[in-house]
Amino acid sequence: MTVETKQQYNDEYISRFSSSRNEPEWMKELRQQALSQSESLDMPKPDKTGIKNWDFDTYVHEVEGEKISSLGSLPASVAALIDADNAPNLYIQRNNSAAYLALNEKWSEQGVIFTDIFTALQQHGDLVKRFYMKDAVSIDEDRLTALHAALMNGGVFVYVPKNVVVDEPLQTIFWQEDDKVASFNHILIVAEANSAVTYVENSISHNADQATFANVVTEVVAADNANVSYGAVDNYAAGTTVYAKRRGVAYRDARIDWAIGQMNDGNTISEHITHLIGDNSGSEAKSVVVGRGKQIQNFTTNIVHFGKNSVGSILSHGVMKDQASSVFNGIGKIEHGASKSDATQETRVLMLSQGARGDANPILLIDEDDVVAGHAASVGRVDPLQLYYLMSRGITKHEAERLIIHGFLAPVVNQLPIETVKNQLTQVIEGKVN
Amino acid sequence: MAGSVLEIKDLHVSIEDKEILKGVNLTIKSGEFHAVMGPNGTGKSTLASAIMGHPKYEVTGGSITLDGEDVLEMEVDERARAGLFLAMQYPSEISGVTNSDFLRSSINARREEGDEIPLMKFIKEMDEAMDFLEMDKNMAQRYLNEGFSGGEKKRNEILQLMMMKAEIGILDEIDSGLDIDALKIVAKGINKLRDENFGCLIITHYQRLLNYIEPDFVHVMMQGRVVKSGGSELSQRLEAEGYDWIKKELNIEDETINA
Repeated sequence: MTVETKQQYNDEYISRFSSSRNEPEWMKELRQQALSQSESLDMPKPDKTGIKNWDFDTYVHEVEGEKISSLGSLPASVAALIDADNAPNLYIQRNNSAAYLALNEKWSEQGVIFTDIFTALQQHGDLVKRFYMKDAVSIDEDRLTALHAALMNGGVFVYVPKNVVVDEPLQTIFWQEDDKVASFNHILIVAEANSAVTYVENSISHNADQATFANVVTEVVAADNANVSYGAVDNYAAGTTVYAKRRGVAYRDARIDWAIGQMNDGNTISEHITHLIGDNSGSEAKSVVVGRGKQIQNFTTNIVHFGKNSVGSILSHGVMKDQASSVFNGIGKIEHGASKSDATQETRVLMLSQGARGDANPILLIDEDDVVAGHAASVGRVDPLQLYYLMSRGITKHEAERLIIHGFLAPVVNQLPIETVKNQLTQVIEGKVN
Repeated sequence: MAGSVLEIKDLHVSIEDKEILKGVNLTIKSGEFHAVMGPNGTGKSTLASAIMGHPKYEVTGGSITLDGEDVLEMEVDERARAGLFLAMQYPSEISGVTNSDFLRSSINARREEGDEIPLMKFIKEMDEAMDFLEMDKNMAQRYLNEGFSGGEKKRNEILQLMMMKAEIGILDEIDSGLDIDALKIVAKGINKLRDENFGCLIITHYQRLLNYIEPDFVHVMMQGRVVKSGGSELSQRLEAEGYDWIKKELNIEDETINA
């Protein structure tokens, strides 16, 4: 055991950490209670993926990051994500510090909140308290989730008041500049009735060898008739073990659409669940993955239908190369009473190397008769007839494969609303599959 | 590049160890339009696929050369860059790759690095070709063949043929599944290419297409060989009388490759 184990982050440490961030008392208590719960809770049990030997303990909990005075001073890897001339709504977290924040006055005047999670706790504590680990993710789901609650060390809060339609994307960058720093980021997005917002997030680190841990929780709440479009590119380096939970709750007539590029290079568990609570609510959950090296990953995407007439569709496309292995679970669940609901899903895995492994598990769990449901799943290699077709136009085999792979991952790339983020994801894919 | 010659000599081709072509001889020169006709199951499409290098077909004997170069030694993409183009009967659908990106990559594949087609020139040429083929402009931004109707796929093959400027075009049943209006448009596209620098091999089951594209030479395939060749009068006689007279003349009972 190194000194950087979780034991050093005890009750006393947490209490001190909370005070140093001037958190409200309820937050300190929530953290302390979560820590004590974590001791008795079980580790998560991702289906078909053994995590006993994964390193969830090596990390440094708190590393400050310098303020960013101008976007021109950023290193290329971060700068590439930003359109510096047109980034009116941008939050950059550097290690555990809020390093840069811009929000178009137009939105702040209408009551939109877009700020780091600690400022939110200080200035909008009651609002955060109403939603923080309440309706979406519960503290006691498993040991790592409780630890997240105890050790949360960064994140962002987005709040869109009733009837406000934010028609510019809000962009967040979680930049883990220090190789040892842990990301216990908490992203909380609340869209009140009849509001709309588009949020785009990049997580980035460069710790190819140094071990650390990302334990990230995202909660999205869409009130009646609200519309949330969420895009993300996770790009943690090989040293980071990732446990990511994303959870959405959609009420009557609300929509939550997700487009997630899972580009981590380390072992990853990603659990992504959307609850369609209200009648006529809907969600599209799209994610693409590229696995390489000896990476082991487990992805669960689940849409649970409670409301009548709710429509959910899941699309997961994965490319596996080298010795990478991944399990993809797509789950459409229609609860009793959710009549006229529609659950569809498509999981496809493309294998580029003999040693790669992919496992696609489409699951439909239906407790209601009057519904529509369908699924498609496949695991295979690049189709030789597609290659033949492209090559018959003079395109080299290598270029033909590249086109097919980019096409296969396009559903998420095309959906990202910020051009720089889209281009950067294309670059990351390019770098990974070549 | 005037004066390309595609020469097929004693070509034998098998699929899964079953011999389909049993010695095909055919020479196509720039400026010539050849039609290969014949009933179903006589090896016409196999010929087209073997020339292009379809992965399922194995050449077991004979030769194919383009201007003296050994085509059979070339990879599929090299064959295309050498000047061959096959309009396929069943083009693949490729999700996420737009028709226009694909076309531009294809055109650039035949050009030197650093000499890629300028974007504006490409767009202009594509617009013109699409207008000529009466194609909906939004097909440029749709994913390659994905969700295209049968007729749209065929038109899209001709669009590629028109833009890629191949020396030798091979059309594999380009008329199948087309209504008469679509057939006329496809034929119009092919006729536009007719000049001294372009040779064409038209594989068809029906004489109908040849009412709109007049061939210089007509060949009839049976039992995996070319059994009869002639001028366009041959296709007219086939239209009027069918294939039975050829079978009788050559003493063939079963014209398929199973014979």
